[in-house]
Amino acid sequence: MATLSKISKPLLLGAMLVVFVLAGELLRAESQLEVASLFVIAIVLGLIARRFGWMRRAADSADAYPRTLGLACVLGVCALLAFFHEDHFALLLLGSVLLYSTACLGLNIQFGYTGIVNFAGAAFFGIGSYTAAVLAKTGTPHLLVLAAGGAMAALISCLLILPVLRTRGHYAALVTIAFSILFRTFLEVNDTLGGPQGMKVPALNLFGWNLGANIEIGDIEISFYANYVLFALALCVLAFVMVRRLERSWIGVAMDMVRTDEVAASVFGVSIARLKVIAFMAGNFLVGVAGAVYGMMTSYVAPNNFTFADSLILVSMLLLGGIGNPWGILPAAALILILPEKLQFIQEYRFLLYGVVIILILLFRPQGLLPRSLRNFFPGRGQA
Amino acid sequence: MSLEIFSQYLVNGLMLGMIYAMVAVGFTLFFGVLDVIKFSHGDVLMVGGFVALATYGGLKAVAIDNPWLQLLVMVVVAVVLTAGLGALVARFLVLPLKNAPPLNTLLITLMLGLVLREAVRLFYPNGSNPQPFPRLLPTTQWQFSGFTVRADSIILLLTGFLLIGGLHLLITRTKLGLAIRAVAQDGETARVMGINFQWIVLLTFGLGSGMAALAGVMNGLYYNETNFGVGILLGVIGFSAAILGGLGNFYGAIIGGFLFAALQMIGAVVLPMLRADIPSAYKDVFAFAALIVLIAWKPTGLIAEKTSERV
Repeated sequence: MATLSKISKPLLLGAMLVVFVLAGELLRAESQLEVASLFVIAIVLGLIARRFGWMRRAADSADAYPRTLGLACVLGVCALLAFFHEDHFALLLLGSVLLYSTACLGLNIQFGYTGIVNFAGAAFFGIGSYTAAVLAKTGTPHLLVLAAGGAMAALISCLLILPVLRTRGHYAALVTIAFSILFRTFLEVNDTLGGPQGMKVPALNLFGWNLGANIEIGDIEISFYANYVLFALALCVLAFVMVRRLERSWIGVAMDMVRTDEVAASVFGVSIARLKVIAFMAGNFLVGVAGAVYGMMTSYVAPNNFTFADSLILVSMLLLGGIGNPWGILPAAALILILPEKLQFIQEYRFLLYGVVIILILLFRPQGLLPRSLRNFFPGRGQA
Repeated sequence: MSLEIFSQYLVNGLMLGMIYAMVAVGFTLFFGVLDVIKFSHGDVLMVGGFVALATYGGLKAVAIDNPWLQLLVMVVVAVVLTAGLGALVARFLVLPLKNAPPLNTLLITLMLGLVLREAVRLFYPNGSNPQPFPRLLPTTQWQFSGFTVRADSIILLLTGFLLIGGLHLLITRTKLGLAIRAVAQDGETARVMGINFQWIVLLTFGLGSGMAALAGVMNGLYYNETNFGVGILLGVIGFSAAILGGLGNFYGAIIGGFLFAALQMIGAVVLPMLRADIPSAYKDVFAFAALIVLIAWKPTGLIAEKTSERV
């Protein structure tokens, strides 16, 4: 980069504060007018910030202080949690955003780093949920159930490994699309898994801590979803740290090579097949774990939640955030999940709106909201 | 199994195969000229069916009652409008992304499919429910020693064969077909030879989409019903068929279409016969699983592309 803008921690923190205040207001907004005015405020603020170069400075500061950024995100979510502590619906949304983000982090390893397409994200999410539904009733410790949800997703994705490895481009896309449709049809006709009605999932219970019960501290009653938000936050942070570590490790470098040029990668002795298997299984594992928690949080699983259209929504979150940049996932997931809930009048039209928005993004900003920047091996030490 | 039931499954399978082949041919044409997958193809088919349906409503309003005339007008309107839609999609969504990663083209057309589907569901009167499709073909039945054949099935099957045959002739025997094949083989060289690249691309997309509209009308006539969601499955199946046969290969698409229909029929008939506890509802599960296995076995389709890697 030719010109370096001045990085500053306070600016970054200020920007994060603004973002989370806006997010909180969005969650709180009840009338369409409020939502619309929030939208206008966000756009105006964005334009002003851009005019004075703050946007750029904030972005550079974020690059320089990833820890501060991460901490600010965690604190922001906690602040939202404290603010909405008795609002079931807002907390459910918050939890969903975090869990979908976790799933998208998994897909990010596939799409963003290794360049494998996976249009069956919702199917693997569903495998996690259904595994949780079946296993949680048997009295298995629930932490194990969550791991099993991920393991099951990874295991079933093993079945797809051979076709995914042997094919490329459109042919590989077809394999996952076919699986996505196969999975949904299978659930619908299969009676042992509840058929089209689905089945109930017991609440998550960790070592006697029942996440499905409301908490009472003195006079304050806290919604039980707060438990799930905390748990989902922990999961999301863990997944995020792991994905970032993976990206910065030699595996991540090799994955980038496989994505950008398979021939060159193999010339340098990188085992393409091994990396693709790692990416596909690790990614689906994360998706599966997120799915398991999601199933327990909503206490209900049905085939209709895991359709091909839902897989597309996962992919559009990834794309909206900027493929390959894990930081983009959280805001993208928040926008895609919260906006339609808040805009009741577009509730019916939300798929239409998604489609149009994604088409416009692909046409005019194909790199997404927060595009992945060039690899920076030593964050915090300036760019070379 | 009695001959009666067998013949029913046979006609049904042939009919499905025909519709799949017609969709797959579209995929293969688009891939040929631009190396892109237009995933909204199935939904374009659905739009074709709905345009025909709307035309039928309009014709009834002006009191034209002759079924053949109705059918003719419906088909013409549906084909022309849908071909126009296909060309517009190519012009404004596919061509601008010509140099973008293939994933972007795939996604943009997938999203367009979503938009078309939702638009019909929300804006067509009562669009979220299945719409009855008029029964316009004669339903006379013929008895042949043991099995029955209905006239409308025969007419639809013959029309399908004629259409695919006609398209084949168009591509292999005419100057336009030569231009399409030239663009498919090498766009740059075709341009040097004085072929209007963009014009041929738009025309090909129009041609494929018109074919999809016909498939949509046939689908409606065969099932006497259409709904906003028919496109998604037909699109995926058509894409599967095109890939199974080998993308960009005309014959491959047709073979793939009939093969997929055959797989579904096997899933519906043979599996329940082998194991009583497998209901025929698993036919799609079986067909898609078989598809994944076939792709694993032949990663570039049954008839492979001549140049699978373009550097």
